[in-house]
Amino acid sequence: MVSVMDVLRHVPDPEIPVLSVVDLGIVREVRDDAVVITPTYTGCPATLAIEKSIRAALDASGHEDMRIETAISPPWTTDWISDEGRAKLRSYGIAPPSKRAVECPQCGSTEVEEVSRFGSTPCKALYRCRDCREPFDLFKCH
Amino acid sequence: MTGMNERALRLGDDSLILGQRLSEWCGHAPMLEVDLALANIALDLVGQATLFLGRAGDPDALAFHRDVLDFRNCLLVEQPNGDFAQTIARLFLFSNWQELMLHELGASDEFGGIARKSVKEVAYHARYASEWVVRLGDGTPESRTRMIAGLDWMWRFTPELFDGDAASLRSEWDARIDAVLGDAGLDRPKDARPILGGRNGHHSEHLGHLLTEMQFLQRAYPGAVW
Repeated sequence: MVSVMDVLRHVPDPEIPVLSVVDLGIVREVRDDAVVITPTYTGCPATLAIEKSIRAALDASGHEDMRIETAISPPWTTDWISDEGRAKLRSYGIAPPSKRAVECPQCGSTEVEEVSRFGSTPCKALYRCRDCREPFDLFKCH
Repeated sequence: MTGMNERALRLGDDSLILGQRLSEWCGHAPMLEVDLALANIALDLVGQATLFLGRAGDPDALAFHRDVLDFRNCLLVEQPNGDFAQTIARLFLFSNWQELMLHELGASDEFGGIARKSVKEVAYHARYASEWVVRLGDGTPESRTRMIAGLDWMWRFTPELFDGDAASLRSEWDARIDAVLGDAGLDRPKDARPILGGRNGHHSEHLGHLLTEMQFLQRAYPGAVW
């Protein structure tokens, strides 16, 4: 039987399917009897969809007995996004969260400007690259 | 009703009602980026409301099955959107208070987890609204006139925020508000007779109109599920 962690590594985030729920840091703990998950933003509509897809994946792999618990404390932070997750974001065209300079995911330039702090989902901001002129999403530091 | 329930209702209703108000802009905002921003902020607030109201009962039932007198939100959040400047004025005054309030609430046993999560989101809201106050106040004569009118409308509802145990937040809030108004080249609105009552269920007529839209589906089709 595939381990619970390996099952979770293949459950995509519904909004950014290139990331798994593990890459995103949503999975906080896997116990013998339960998977503990945490929401990104409190109002993120993907939260329910994520729980459903985790449930479906667990059931399909013989882990019907595993419960899913939600914990909100400590609060989710983008620091929990894995290195692999950051690389996947970049290749998908989304700048990963950065405490230093924001880099354009297309050309790597740091000559970028914020268009809007709020983007297509709660976790992203709209940016534009001044060098290659491409617009892009930044996964906000949170 | 227990003290914890009452507190949960106040916290949850503030977020719920402001979230509903902001969602009224969806599809109507002056530009796409603003539409996205207001919808995102509304989403955060409704999410927070779900968590806080969950401490007082079933959040869906509390949102959709209560009438005006049972809501415990402050009067500020139920005020009509008006024009964009009036909406920004309300968000500016409220979010700066909410951020300070949640920061302090982070140390509480009952609500600390929710507060520590929500405060990160609200910090964005406060920053967003503050930037717009400067942009509009320091913009064209038209935007400046509207920003002043928006602040004037909302100002009389701010003393309610500091009624009771939140009085200690007043000086820090004053400093934040004054700093942004200073950047915007705006004067602090004149103090008028404060209007209180929301925390005790005495609301303006605006809340009833808001609820007719928010609760329509559950009233027309009781028990309907998604």
